[in-house]
Order: sequence, then structure tokens, then C-alpha cells
Amino acid sequence: MAGNNLIFNFTVDESTNAVLITREFDAELSLVWDAFTKQEILDQWWAPKPLLSKTKIMNFEVGGRRFYAMVWPEGQEYWGLKKYTLIDPKTNIKWLSSFTDKDENINTELPTSEWELNFSEQNGPDGNRRTIVSIVIKNKSLADIKMIIEMGFKEGFTMALNELENLLPTLNK
Amino acid sequence: MRRDIFQAIADPTRRAIITLIALQAMTPNAIADNFHTTRQAVSKHLRILTECELVKQEQKGREIYYTLEIDKMKEIDNWMEQFRKIWETRFSQLDNLLSTLKKNKK
Repeated sequence: MAGNNLIFNFTVDESTNAVLITREFDAELSLVWDAFTKQEILDQWWAPKPLLSKTKIMNFEVGGRRFYAMVWPEGQEYWGLKKYTLIDPKTNIKWLSSFTDKDENINTELPTSEWELNFSEQNGPDGNRRTIVSIVIKNKSLADIKMIIEMGFKEGFTMALNELENLLPTLNK
Repeated sequence: MRRDIFQAIADPTRRAIITLIALQAMTPNAIADNFHTTRQAVSKHLRILTECELVKQEQKGREIYYTLEIDKMKEIDNWMEQFRKIWETRFSQLDNLLSTLKKNKK
């Protein structure tokens, strides 16, 4: 669960094969928008530790793309491509997400998913501006979701995340 | 043929069958009464669900009853839980980053 009572909803809609994610952030919209759209910020949080996110190409414009790798501590790289299909500044982004090889050739045997992100701002209980990001990830089938997890995140990965979660409170002290 | 549980729940009729028998064990006829489709079609869905081990048959007297395999349903939850966990971690990293960026702005 997120700290400071920030909303976090994660649901799966089995009738549309979609994953629906809503998350609140204790920051104004322009900052959160930058975090999702500027490669130097994106690379600092997109990959859950101990993975690293490495963006090779990013042109954030309709028809543009982000070509990036998730890098494992042992050095293996898993490449992915996000093609931007719609950008409505500080409001809405759509992209198509695929797996590629290191030369940006799309692996057509792996699932492609359609993402839509919506950004909105409101006042938090403390009077600070808060930003809500809602994400819809549409898949061709629910089995695709399983495959995406298997591809991007090796076995035992979420176990490592659990350990990290236990470790974080001690690190913050 | 070994089928995938995700394939089993991809169909709306099969999801409806799962919801029905989650409440109580039912005979194929009782299940079919809930749908505007042929009994053969319902039988086919039940066969797929059985092959995925999401339901099992139990003989009671002369009737066969279908019951839900709760543990198998949990397998689906486990996958989604992994995905949720990845997002939770990603967002908590973003929380920390946003708080640093806010401080630097001031």
C-alpha cells in the first residue's frame, strides 16, 4: 500500500482483457507529467529495482516512440518499444507497447498492448496539489498479460520485490 | 490437450458458469437452464473448464454435479498479484523521485 494515504487501485476487467490502474501522487500535475514523458526522469523510476531502465531513443510526439531496455543486474537487456499514438498535453497519452530485439525489430510472437493514460489534478487533504494518473492497458487476451509478466520479469522477481518492500522502511530511517 | 486457465475465463459464458457454480454445485442441466443457448454449447464450455481443471465433476446418485476448483482460480489471482506488485514498486520509486524533484524546485 502506498504511503500518505495515496489512492492505489489495481483491477483486471476480464470482459475487456484490460488492466486498470489508478494512482494518486503527492505532486502537482506538471511534475508528474514530466515524470511520465521525459526520458531522464522516466529512466529513474520505470524499472522496479534491481532492474534499470535505459532509454535509447525517445521522441515524445504523436508518431514518435520510446525505445528502451530493462537491464538486469547481470547485464541482460530486454528491449521494448512504445509508439505514441495520441498526446493531449498534461491530460492524456496513448501508446502501443511491443517487445523488440536490440535492433528495434518487433517480436510479433509476443503480445502487443494498447495503453491509455489520463492525468488530472486535485487538492489533497493537506491543501497540496495532488495528481491522479489512471492507466488502462488493453490486451488481446488475459493470457497475454501473463506472457508480458513472464517476458519482462523473470521468475522470483516479485519475491525480490517483497524483500525490497521489507527493506525500505529500514533504509528510510 | 493441456489448456490455459486464462483461455478458460476469456469467454463470457464460461465466466458466467464459473460464477454460477461458485455458489453451489450444479448439474449440467441446471447450468444450461441459465443460458439461452443449446445444451451442447454449455457441455462444450463445461468440457473446456474441466480440461483447464477449473471445475470438477462429482457423481451424486444418478446425477453429475459440477463444482468449482477454488485453488485453480487462485492461480489467476497470483499472476495478477505479481503484476500489481510490479506497479506498486514502480510507483513507490516515483513517489520518492517526485519528493526529491519538489525539493529541488524550491
